[in-house]
Amino acid sequence: MKPIEMEKVQELLNGFKNKQVYLHLETTNGAYANHNNKNAYTVGAYIRNTSVLFTQAKIIGMENVYRVGLKMEKGWIYAEGLTDWTIHEGSKLLLAGHDREGRLMVSLQISETPFDY
Amino acid sequence: MEKHVVVIYPHPDDESFGAAGTISKFRKEGVPVTYLCGTLGEMGRNMGSPIFANRETLPKLRKKELVEACKILDIDLRLLGYRDKTIEYEDKQEVARHIKGVLEEINPSLVITHYPNYAVHPDHNALGAATIEAVGMMDADTRPTVWAQAISHNFEKVLGEPDICIDMTDNFDEKMKAIVAHQSQASGIIKAFYGDTEESRDLKEAAIERLGKERFYIWDYPKND
Repeated sequence: MKPIEMEKVQELLNGFKNKQVYLHLETTNGAYANHNNKNAYTVGAYIRNTSVLFTQAKIIGMENVYRVGLKMEKGWIYAEGLTDWTIHEGSKLLLAGHDREGRLMVSLQISETPFDY
Repeated sequence: MEKHVVVIYPHPDDESFGAAGTISKFRKEGVPVTYLCGTLGEMGRNMGSPIFANRETLPKLRKKELVEACKILDIDLRLLGYRDKTIEYEDKQEVARHIKGVLEEINPSLVITHYPNYAVHPDHNALGAATIEAVGMMDADTRPTVWAQAISHNFEKVLGEPDICIDMTDNFDEKMKAIVAHQSQASGIIKAFYGDTEESRDLKEAAIERLGKERFYIWDYPKND
């Protein structure tokens, strides 16, 4: 992945608008968070290959950290702390936020075809 | 001497971090070892440092790393095909029957897995429980012995001292060879070992302290009358 280029990502987000698309959204601080530090909480959530349709899509941020909001007919999709992007298999948009050690903390991925299992 | 040892853990790298020393001890005795790996660690958060993987490429990379580690450890590999973080939501009996089927085919004398409820990661606990269930379904006279590995901070206080201890503290470099194969997951420990700062020396000491001894409980199945 490479550091987010806002204009390029915005253009790609626009291309997914008003289409039924597959979404992967997750956040995690690792299964060992509380094991490694008893004051930390192990938290995480992910949803994968959920079919959604959004009518508005925006990437906003500064100093290499970005947020993305997607407006649906009856709700919102939101991710914060995104730092890197890439295109996977030609057309799948992958966005992720990594910490200093290169560990994934958050990811938002959109594709017109399903992600692997 | 064991006839065949089967190691059952959920993630690529569990076998190297958890049991590389034990595995190489058995291989040196000429005992065949098979690793049944539950998932491909699809949801791991370590993407390499510097980053070289992403959520979608990670499974393929981890599979490659796993094949390499198994080559270094000189063991057979079988994949069970579950998805990272989901094993505890599968039907436990179904997973147990799946494992039992594979064990009947390999016919091992010893099975190594995680100790349910004391293995920190939900996948460890779930696959350990399914494995213990699987062996429990087998004929008491011919079923393999089970060694269960606990990881949680409190396990010794609750379960007492483990029955088996394989000490790798003095030849930890040997264990590191297998760990290093898992490049995407092990960058922290690799830096500690090959760095030359005071910090890396401290980290190395901590890693040896944490991973140097591989300890297991012999699972106690209730006797069938």
